Amino acid sequence: MSDSASPSGNATRDAKRVGGWTGAARRYAVRTLPPEKLLPDTQPAYMASWIYVFGVLTVSSLIVAVATGCVLALEGPGWWHASSVGKYVNSLHLWSVELFMFFMVIHLWGKFFMAAWRGRRAMTWMTGAVCFLASVGTAFTGYLVQQNFDSQWISGQAKDGLNAVGIGAWFNVLDFGQMLMWHIVLLPLVLGLLTAWHVLLVRRRGIVPPIDALAPEPDEQSAATAVQP
Amino acid sequence: MSRRTRRAAEPDPAAFPTRPYDLLKEFTIALVAVAVLTAGLAALFSSPDEQPITLATWSAATPNDFTATAVTELGGTSTTAQYGPPYNHTPGAGQKIGPVGLQRAAGVRIPVDTAEDFVLRPLRQAPEPAEVSAALTAWTAAPADRQQAWTSAYSDALGKAPDGDPAKVEPGDYGPVPVLTSRLLALAQAGALDGQLLAQGRFYQTDYTRPMLFLNDGTYLADQARAQHLAGDQWGMMNETGNYPGQAWLWLYTFWYQIDPFKTSKNADALIWALMAVLSLAFVLVPFIPGVRSIPRWTKVYRLIWRQHYRGQR
Amino acid sequence: MAVEMAYSELAAPVDLNHPGHYVHWGVVQISVANLVVIGLMVLVFVAAVLLPFPKGRGRR
Repeated sequence: MSDSASPSGNATRDAKRVGGWTGAARRYAVRTLPPEKLLPDTQPAYMASWIYVFGVLTVSSLIVAVATGCVLALEGPGWWHASSVGKYVNSLHLWSVELFMFFMVIHLWGKFFMAAWRGRRAMTWMTGAVCFLASVGTAFTGYLVQQNFDSQWISGQAKDGLNAVGIGAWFNVLDFGQMLMWHIVLLPLVLGLLTAWHVLLVRRRGIVPPIDALAPEPDEQSAATAVQP
Repeated sequence: MSRRTRRAAEPDPAAFPTRPYDLLKEFTIALVAVAVLTAGLAALFSSPDEQPITLATWSAATPNDFTATAVTELGGTSTTAQYGPPYNHTPGAGQKIGPVGLQRAAGVRIPVDTAEDFVLRPLRQAPEPAEVSAALTAWTAAPADRQQAWTSAYSDALGKAPDGDPAKVEPGDYGPVPVLTSRLLALAQAGALDGQLLAQGRFYQTDYTRPMLFLNDGTYLADQARAQHLAGDQWGMMNETGNYPGQAWLWLYTFWYQIDPFKTSKNADALIWALMAVLSLAFVLVPFIPGVRSIPRWTKVYRLIWRQHYRGQR
Repeated sequence: MAVEMAYSELAAPVDLNHPGHYVHWGVVQISVANLVVIGLMVLVFVAAVLLPFPKGRGRR
């Protein structure tokens, strides 16, 4: 459906210019994501399967992972293998990530088998796929900064792969400080922004209709959604 | 008929009948559920806590492996010494993807001179017994081919000695090498070498490149990893110490290392990274790849997911 | 001393730090832990697709 209202007359055109860049940005935001699209309290009736809850479960576990990571950050890297409380928070962080990847993969399978990229939703799929790849990178740098035998060993293994394609010259997995920064600043930032973009795209395009679904007839439709003027 | 529907634009979700759906309530329930599940799993299973290996624990556990490795670092024959970029210029070193050598193109950006960085400088920096000072002077004064002859003779002799024990080596012309490596062993066992490889003249440290490379050149670390099922040919990348689940999502990356031609290729890392880059791109571009994007239609799993809808349509 | 006490009090009831169990199947070697995780994922996916979703009240 067309997003823009048709311009009618000079008065409307002038009103449209009001507010400079800020006004234009607001109009764009409201046009692309009006409040009822951003926070709808109804969903299409075909959205009736447990598979739909795995998106929100993924976001929830991401939030738990970030929150437990923030608690680890409070005391810093000297803490999590040296105190019992630190170790428990470290365990929380690990298991939230296991759950995050678990739910994300099920979400991914679901969306694949629903061909959820149909109807101008390719960007939603692509941002989701990049989210998955970014999560693998974030989890990997997390494994590198655990400060245990496993992180020691996988850093030694991973350096060969990264060096072989020239990345290792800049992205040095044996440098704990660099990996910690990537893990707690750069990658979470990228993942957070991608996730926000992904979720906003879902809200903007709405839930993908079933494969080969035909929109109900107009009279049926007006009975269904009696909101349009 | 079906072709026409396939070509037709997808209908707008707003055109369909709706039902109340409280997204924020769903989100809150999900968040609480995940938090409780996380707390439970963490309390039940904790997290992996296998201690890292230090140069001190390595040299104490297997002093002969440490000495054998130190000789190769001094003689420039260790894995790290012959690694090539990004650590050093080694003729012919560096993996390639067909004709493309990205490893060499990136250049030597993390220079490591194993003899100087791992052996000679730490010895010079530590308080030196007269014997070690003399050995260092003798080493520095000798021409390169002489140094090589000493280290390779000593490496061979260690290989022949029972358990590789330096104390049981046949007499021979090893120059100052035995003195240097036995002093390095003493420093390592005292824990001094861990600090020295890290410091490199600075106070604050976060970079473990040098001690990690040294550890990796020995067999002790690899033996410990193999025992924990972490070696490359054991699908090690997706495993974790003990009985913990690891990075199961790395299964495809790890898989390639188990089969030919990668298993036996000297360019395995570069080839697998290139392959994974292509596959990752394909994954992102699934909606545009003919065939792949039609798999959902063929598998018909969607008919189960939307069974209520299709039942209503009939 | 007090720290060690707290440590043992908070010790996990299920200790996974024992030597891992592995399954070998041709070229495939996988830890039982990873296999359990992957198996659970498949199981949860199948359940999510098959289990009936509660119908919302007051449609349309």
